[in-house]
Amino acid sequence: MTDATALIRLSGITKTYGQGQAAFLALKGVDLAIEPGEFVAIMGPSGSGKSTVMNILGCLDTPSSGTYVFEGVHVEQLTRDQRALLRRNYLGFVFQGYNLLARTTALENVELPLIYRGEPAAARHAAARAALEQVGLGGWEDHTPAELSGGQQQRVAIARSIVTRPAVLLADEPTGNLDTRTSQEIMDLITALNRDRGITVLMVTHEPDMAAYAKRTIRFVDGRVESDQLNGGAD
Amino acid sequence: MLWNTLLLALRAIRRNLMRSFLTILGIVIGVAAVITMVTLGNGATKSVSDQISSMGSNLIMLIPGQRFGAGSSGAPNFKLADVESIRNQIGVAKAVAPIANKATTAVYMAENWSTVVSGSNNDYFKAGNWELAAGRTFTEAEERAGKAVCVIGDTVRTKLFGGQNPVGSEIRIKQFACEVVGLLKAKGQSAMGSDQDDTVVMPLRTVQRRLTGSQDVNRLTVSVREGASIDAVKDQLTLLLRERRNIGETEEDDFRVLDTRQLAETLTGTTRILTMLLGAVAAVSLLVGGIGIMNIMLVSVTERTREIGIRLAIGALEREVLLQFLIEAVVLSSLGGLIGIALATGASIALSNLMDIPYLFDAGINLLSFFFSAAIGVIFGYFPARRAAGLNPIDALRHE
Ligand SMILES: Nc1ncnc2c1ncn2[C@@H]1O[C@H](COP(=O)(O)OP(=O)(O)OP(=O)(O)O)[C@@H](O)[C@H]1O
Ligand SMILES: [Mg+2]
Repeated sequence: MTDATALIRLSGITKTYGQGQAAFLALKGVDLAIEPGEFVAIMGPSGSGKSTVMNILGCLDTPSSGTYVFEGVHVEQLTRDQRALLRRNYLGFVFQGYNLLARTTALENVELPLIYRGEPAAARHAAARAALEQVGLGGWEDHTPAELSGGQQQRVAIARSIVTRPAVLLADEPTGNLDTRTSQEIMDLITALNRDRGITVLMVTHEPDMAAYAKRTIRFVDGRVESDQLNGGAD
Repeated sequence: MLWNTLLLALRAIRRNLMRSFLTILGIVIGVAAVITMVTLGNGATKSVSDQISSMGSNLIMLIPGQRFGAGSSGAPNFKLADVESIRNQIGVAKAVAPIANKATTAVYMAENWSTVVSGSNNDYFKAGNWELAAGRTFTEAEERAGKAVCVIGDTVRTKLFGGQNPVGSEIRIKQFACEVVGLLKAKGQSAMGSDQDDTVVMPLRTVQRRLTGSQDVNRLTVSVREGASIDAVKDQLTLLLRERRNIGETEEDDFRVLDTRQLAETLTGTTRILTMLLGAVAAVSLLVGGIGIMNIMLVSVTERTREIGIRLAIGALEREVLLQFLIEAVVLSSLGGLIGIALATGASIALSNLMDIPYLFDAGINLLSFFFSAAIGVIFGYFPARRAAGLNPIDALRHE
């Protein structure tokens, strides 16, 4: 964990929701460094700011203060469009609620990021099929989210997040809505992506079983990092 | 980028078929209603002005009293002598026809028909642009002696004689028999909607002596030579008649002088107002269609905001999202507009045929309603999207 090689570094990140009387300080100064290829679990009680920090890491939201450096680039100084391009080219995000486009086939959902990248149709289709194959959904290309189970929808979401071969996969409670068996399958998938493809993974979870798949656990309490340790037995 | 965004827009349209369909429907109804109404109104106006020109050009009508149509209200009728006087004094008068009307029943064998008998002279046919289908008009002797002869219109012929040639037969008008000497060519409806062919014309004397029992002339029709100034002739006629009717300098006219151009303006003015009224009613339906679209868009704003959140989260630029929504709106509303125009064209042609008025293509109203509907589609499709695309991705995703 030497800072020189850090892929991601947060320092003094704060986030205030609301204004004036109703203002709420969700992050009270977060310092973090993530190395390339790491698999990090983020845990902590509800309301401790896990999702808030994930959204900032994923450039879906902006911090109130502090610096966020991604591969040497100061993210807080980027324009809206530059942050969009960062999401497009380096980040993959998996949500607890899947967030797939309704009434749109699995294949079209997965190829969506590639359309924004301007990839030609043939390459796009091949990559989307391969990603679906990789998450174990070969043959389900033409199914819409309404025709898929929760676990299958989450696999489509994962396929969508990895189809661009991102440097970092950010997953906010990816198994939060799934049963134990399906959760384990998803975790195996994410572990494999981290191990075989070298994708850096940050994952929020409430369940120690799921956190055990990671190599490092960061614990949030009340908007601050409370502990940050390597997992002894996981690997 | 444009090509890919077009693809995304078309996919979005396909994936929300119901919403797309309703949007198009709203525009189709509005556009079709406006275009059809205005086109029919224009056709009606044209048909009225056509009918007026069939009445004869350069025509001046003199009516006793100041109010058009509603009786002479005490003002004295004209006299036959007025006709001679006009002929003598107004050189450009090509034809001067006195007219005395009487509603009565014409009988032939077992058939009878209520019609209006007009007593006049041969100038009547000249002034009114009448042509003969068979027979002849009156001889001078017949006019002078007030012989029982008549020229009948096509409707009267059909009612009394069916398809037969009536010339030479005798019809009964009241108590006397009257020989049909001529048949007029059919002219169809007048601008006021009455049947011009429902007429029987006799020499003025005959009508005065046998039907009205007075020397009165209800109306004078003066046809003016081509090229002559109608206004000048009208002034001369007014002066002449004021003198003949002994109207003092300070008194007002007790008759009216009208020309066909005036009549045409009055009548086409009326139908034009009607067109505007119809157009306004139709514009309301365009507006209602627009409100329908707005409704659909607002209902789907939550879903669409989340959709925009998803697109932003996976790396779409704000302008790419906006372009997609813009294309979507433009495609839907122009499709609706085109279908509306096609529908309106079909309906206008069919209804024009049905109503027996000419079909006139009005490019202006087609363009206007097309662009208006496109604007509605774009405003309601695009502006909610603009708000959403300006949000942080996470806020758009959380929208509820
Ligand atoms: N959009 C928002 N507006 C106002 N307050 C917010 C908003 N989002 C989060 N918060 C508050 O910030 C705090 C941290 O929220 P966050 O979602 O990061 O918690 P979390 O650790 O992810 O919790 P959970 O485990 O329940 O998902 C909470 O107290 C929450 O109420
Ligand atoms: Mg959370």
